[in-house]
Amino acid sequence: MKAAVVVFPGSNCDRDLAVAFRAAGAEVEMVWHKDADLPRGVDIVGVPGGFSYGDYLRCGAIAAQSAICGAIKAHAARGGYVLGVCNGFQVLTETRLLPGALLRNAGLRYVCRTVPLRVQTSDSVFTQGYNAGDVIGIPIAHHDGNYYADDETLARLTGEDRVAFTYVDNPNGSRGDIAGILSENRRVLGMMPHPERAADAGHGGTDGVALFRALAGALTAA
Amino acid sequence: MKARVTVMLKNGVLDPQGEAVRHALGAMGFAGVQGVRQGKVIELDLAAGTTEAQVRDMCEKLLANTVIESYRIEMPS
Repeated sequence: MKAAVVVFPGSNCDRDLAVAFRAAGAEVEMVWHKDADLPRGVDIVGVPGGFSYGDYLRCGAIAAQSAICGAIKAHAARGGYVLGVCNGFQVLTETRLLPGALLRNAGLRYVCRTVPLRVQTSDSVFTQGYNAGDVIGIPIAHHDGNYYADDETLARLTGEDRVAFTYVDNPNGSRGDIAGILSENRRVLGMMPHPERAADAGHGGTDGVALFRALAGALTAA
Repeated sequence: MKARVTVMLKNGVLDPQGEAVRHALGAMGFAGVQGVRQGKVIELDLAAGTTEAQVRDMCEKLLANTVIESYRIEMPS
């Protein structure tokens, strides 16, 4: 599996994401926001957490207009895989690769702790290492993680089994307790929790490892 | 030429910041504030001849996220 991890000005989880991909056996290249093309042969693009462009205007809004996002959209349109974590999820909604938007947390506070997530579907390369219904502990760290989509979109996400993860105890007001969603072709995952921060015993938890291992397994075999 | 774009969360989208402001006003003794919605104002300094349609395009593509926000454009006609 070959992964590209995007670096925006203000990204701060880019190296963590690269470490998690590498630990799962991936070859990783970092790509800069001004790059208009992805390296050849990239299977998956990681859009990391952080504060791209200082979160100016709206979280992810300026990043969504960057040169690299044009390349990511083309990659997704070709059926390529994309994983967006935290600010990466916000970027993917701003590019409209995923529906909905992330609003300010309902409690207005930045929330930073490990939370229980329920795996809602194992039907994706990202979640096939879990069983639907599993509860896993993954850290969250965000101020704008309150997932919003209109009723019609929520019904569609649920009906098409595209909700990947939900919060067991909703920490931010997200509609439907949604923590992560899949694209229509199930190859783009956006999630607010940080699986790369639960990918090594030194992190205090390893529940995120199964996501990266499943990805590597599926994309290396392909 | 100046244009002013007002961006607000759509009706029906919860505005936690507006709610916090409403609570604070109540706690300060300002009675009768039944609702507060907080948005943002963006002032654009535009070359003469820029059309409202062009500003609308800016709003649709960047200044507002129409999934959650509505916008209003004011510019000299």
